[in-house]
Amino acid sequence: MDKNIVLTMRGICMTFPGVKALDNVDFTLRKGEIRALMGENGAGKSTLIKCLTGVNKFETGEIHVDGIDGPIVNKDTLDAQKKGISTVYQEVNLCPNLSVAENLYIGREPLTKFGTVNRRKMIAMAAQLMKDLDLDIEVTQNLENYSLALQQMIAIARAVDMKSKVLILDEPTSSLDDHEVSLLFKMMRQLREQGVGIVFVTHFLEQVYEVCDGITVLRNGTLVGEYTVEELPRVKLVAAMMGKDFDDLASIKPEGEKDMTHAPLEIEAKGLSHAGKIKPFNLDIHKGEVIGLTGLLGSGRSELARVIYGADRAQTGTLKVDGKEVTIKSPIDAMNLGMGLLPDDRKAEGIIGDLSVRENIILAMQAKLGIFKRIPMAKQIEIADKYIEMLSIKTASRETLIKQLSGGNQQKVILARWLATNPDFLVLDEPTRGIDIGTKTEIQKLVIKLADEGKSIIFISSEVEEMLRTCNRLAVLRDGEKVGELESDEMSQEGVMKAIAGGGASE
Amino acid sequence: MNQNKKLKINSNNLLLVITIALFVVMYIAGCIVYADKGFTRLQTFLNILINNAGLICIASGMTCVMLTGGIDISVGSVVAMDCMIIAVGIERWGWSSPVLMILVLAVGIVFGLVQGYCISYLKIQPFIVTMAGMFFARGMTAVICTEQVSITSDPVFTTLSSFKIEMPFGIGSYVNKKGIPQIPYIRASVIVALLVVLVIFLMLRYTRFGRSLYAVGGNQQSATLMGLDVKKVTLKAYILSSFLASIGGICYCLNTMSGTTTQAAGLEMDAISSAVIGGTLLTGGVGNVVGSLFGVMINGTISTLVKTNGKLISSWANIVTAILLCFFIVLQAVFVKIKERKKA
Amino acid sequence: MSKLKGITKKRLFLPVFSMILVILINVVYDIISGNPPLSFFSITIRSITGDSSVLYGRLIDVLNRGSEVAILAIGMTLVVSSSAGTDISVGSVMSLSGGLCCMLLAGYGVTNVSEYANPLWAGLLAGIAIACVCGLFNGFLVAYMNIQPMVATLILWSAGRAIGLLLCNSQIVYVRVPSFQVFGSYVGIIPTPIIIAAVCILIASLVLRFTALGTFIQSVGINKRAARISGFNSAKIILVTYVICGLCAGIAGLLATSRIYSADTNNIGLNMELDAILAVALGGNSLGGGKFNLAGSIIGAYTIQAITTTLYALGVSSAQAPVFKAVVVILIVVIQAEPVKDYFKKLSAKKVAAKGAKA
Repeated sequence: MDKNIVLTMRGICMTFPGVKALDNVDFTLRKGEIRALMGENGAGKSTLIKCLTGVNKFETGEIHVDGIDGPIVNKDTLDAQKKGISTVYQEVNLCPNLSVAENLYIGREPLTKFGTVNRRKMIAMAAQLMKDLDLDIEVTQNLENYSLALQQMIAIARAVDMKSKVLILDEPTSSLDDHEVSLLFKMMRQLREQGVGIVFVTHFLEQVYEVCDGITVLRNGTLVGEYTVEELPRVKLVAAMMGKDFDDLASIKPEGEKDMTHAPLEIEAKGLSHAGKIKPFNLDIHKGEVIGLTGLLGSGRSELARVIYGADRAQTGTLKVDGKEVTIKSPIDAMNLGMGLLPDDRKAEGIIGDLSVRENIILAMQAKLGIFKRIPMAKQIEIADKYIEMLSIKTASRETLIKQLSGGNQQKVILARWLATNPDFLVLDEPTRGIDIGTKTEIQKLVIKLADEGKSIIFISSEVEEMLRTCNRLAVLRDGEKVGELESDEMSQEGVMKAIAGGGASE
Repeated sequence: MNQNKKLKINSNNLLLVITIALFVVMYIAGCIVYADKGFTRLQTFLNILINNAGLICIASGMTCVMLTGGIDISVGSVVAMDCMIIAVGIERWGWSSPVLMILVLAVGIVFGLVQGYCISYLKIQPFIVTMAGMFFARGMTAVICTEQVSITSDPVFTTLSSFKIEMPFGIGSYVNKKGIPQIPYIRASVIVALLVVLVIFLMLRYTRFGRSLYAVGGNQQSATLMGLDVKKVTLKAYILSSFLASIGGICYCLNTMSGTTTQAAGLEMDAISSAVIGGTLLTGGVGNVVGSLFGVMINGTISTLVKTNGKLISSWANIVTAILLCFFIVLQAVFVKIKERKKA
Repeated sequence: MSKLKGITKKRLFLPVFSMILVILINVVYDIISGNPPLSFFSITIRSITGDSSVLYGRLIDVLNRGSEVAILAIGMTLVVSSSAGTDISVGSVMSLSGGLCCMLLAGYGVTNVSEYANPLWAGLLAGIAIACVCGLFNGFLVAYMNIQPMVATLILWSAGRAIGLLLCNSQIVYVRVPSFQVFGSYVGIIPTPIIIAAVCILIASLVLRFTALGTFIQSVGINKRAARISGFNSAKIILVTYVICGLCAGIAGLLATSRIYSADTNNIGLNMELDAILAVALGGNSLGGGKFNLAGSIIGAYTIQAITTTLYALGVSSAQAPVFKAVVVILIVVIQAEPVKDYFKKLSAKKVAAKGAKA
């Protein structure tokens, strides 16, 4: 092994039932290097990390770590930690109710000769560690008194103090503000000086170019390539992640869009915002129009739609639906105005796992009707059967529990739930994520059909191609701000990517 | 060494401060209102300690369990079982009291071991397991003997029970109605209870196990990732709780000198409410045994006040305690909300 | 359709199985002691207090005595389902509602009456109303203040009984009026509690059948966030379940009070909350909330009573009975515990593997 290399993974393969999650993936990390691990959702980033930290068991391949002879297999995260591989997640894995010093040393506290914890020494050691890392933190304070950014840095400090050789930062910046991000980067650079190898998983392109030395790109469970930052300018990175050659992109023309700008307005949003997540934005949506929200994950595209729907309450601005000004306090208000939201996190916000397919389908309809107007069983069965057939939902019976269905079919059930309420305006947040190609096309066709029926739709997807195929217009988001719109004639893969990357293609 | 010693009041020790302040205010108010009824005497204060010595031990154990985010509602029944074992052991079996006390402590440890195993390793909800434990211990009390048994025949135990430790130098001595000078005293059980509080306080603050309790209650997943054996810590917490319940049972028995099947009914809830009033969160991770001590003292003061009044029905004590409990629970909920809002 | 039946059977497996087990023990006991083997089911008509004759038998006794727990189990099931927590105040609330009712019927401070001081309906209504208010209080703390159910209901656990004592001036208030006693005694030859419990169960099942309450509660209990996105007001629904639970406690409290035609505030509903929770668990419901099975809870409630009655028949005293209850609880929850299930799965997998190896 090269002396400068701290971690190598060779030929890692891993399958989930029915899906090849990782196919022969290599990964190399040098000492004192910050390497970005990039890829779209489902590209295999987190699976690769989990294989490394022992959460997932890979089938073939080898992992080598500097200082240990032979390939290693980690039993669990703890085991990985002992071998010098530490992970800091977005959700900080520390105890908020303990002091900073304790969080740094718990389980390995310095002891007095009586076998009790030597608090004085522990606090001194912690203070020294904070000083070494240039952090202004009072170590006797409880962790919860510090911002998320500082908590993350304390988690990193713990990893560093445990002599970690490899530090994995999994989406550390997604809930930090600019100042906090710069603090984190300062710390990362400092660690780089100390020779720690850092794997940086992020969705923010700009941050990659600000702090990283190298980029490893994954797509669909395979390795696209390992690059240095210089080799891979921003637009090429986006292209690599999406699997298109940049030159090819220009030649693909989006098809089938029509101009809907003359149709009457369904939704008029003026100055809506949600503190900390979404800066005030204006958005008009016409009847029968499919508008796409595009941007990287974390750019606020989901959050923007949620503000309109009332899932997150708007704090400023006005909203007009069908020309009338309305206030939406909670989702049921939005539903009564003819709206629906298919959330991106299907498991957490979509399915009611222990209820049957039938019950899941009639759920929103029933919520609108209220407790006392129960939909008669015969009607429920009729509705359920109708949508099971219409969307060709593959289920053993309508009484099967929804949690037993595959992801794609679960998604169709949620879609059916909203279609059953006959909405005028639907938000579809990542409706095709984790779904096979055939079903994807079906859903895309359905979206276009719904629009033809005069329904307005917000369509959110990480796949640009899909957006081009289904949307009439695109709104581009970056860092919680709506930065522009692309009309149908400006819509091309190239244009979208430039707009996302912030290369100045937008208005 | 650059140790910054400024004491910042965060919401957690604020709860403790409120508890202590409440106790002081309540006690002073009692002294002013009932000065003529002897409330100002040191002995009145010491009596609160004497009457609640058992509860103090139990509340200390409860605090440890609650720190992990669990609950132990079996403790009241364990106390009843302990009293019955001691009473029947002395009166019917003719065993000596030291042997019985050791037996009772051993029973407590085994009891805690079984409950703790079910909770930590079999992952059954603490409430259900300890509810079964509560049924079991209460029923066992009746299986041992269904009648009330008074302890009279063991000299060691009766001496221990009536043993007075008088205040040095006659502090707080007064003259009673008959004109006989009285020196305030405490009983052996108070010494035991205060020792328990001290030991638990030191354990929670200065030992790895103590700190692990906080970590497990703070975030179980994090605690696991930090290399703590969460299951073992939880198991130990329940053993500790039952063990302290047994110590509390002995103290309780020294006060009542008898065993009955209905003894100490609802004591577990007194322990829980004391801990909650003392600032321990039922969600785990926050709390302090000193707070629980003051929680018990507040409960004791309320019932003493009601008794001193003489006209009030005894259930007023329960009602006032419940109102206080409600106040503290809502306060905790408000603190949690403020914290969340700060983060958002 | 046959598959559907299979699922329902499976869900009711635990409560039905325990019920059958208890009955079997009875049968065995009867055979050993020389009675006809099915004397558990034998129902005879016996005369009591001279002129009236009523149904008599162990089965009737189980149904009669089990009424309170069965009624409580209805409310408890809904509370557990919606909020993943238990309402431990029901026993206290029973006592409070009985106390208030008797206080109104007898007049404050009076301990023994044979005539009403206030009309009967006023007493009953007040008893039920106070119980609903208790439910409202619990529900508010749980749903709107986000307090753990057990902690929130701990307040009334302690205060409910105390307020009841206060209302009755710490005395047992006797109301010796036949029209009040009837709720706890007999209508014709049938014990009234059986009728009242049956009516409550009927109403509950009709409500669940003809309104969407069940779907609402389960959705909130299974996935609060998803339920919100789909337009449910989770807080309101949780509040409603606590009020229903309070209502059930009120009815059960009046029933228990009428049985002994007196407000024995110290003892009415004592530890009843534990029986109600046990009934829910025994009914195959997860105490972690979500999907619920009312039929199971009710069978569970009567099973608990059957266990108690059987134990008495076997000569176990009422104070000793909890030992056996505890053993039953532990057995049930240990069988259902994940690690134990996994262990048995592994064991059977090994057996299959061993068989395969032999072949």
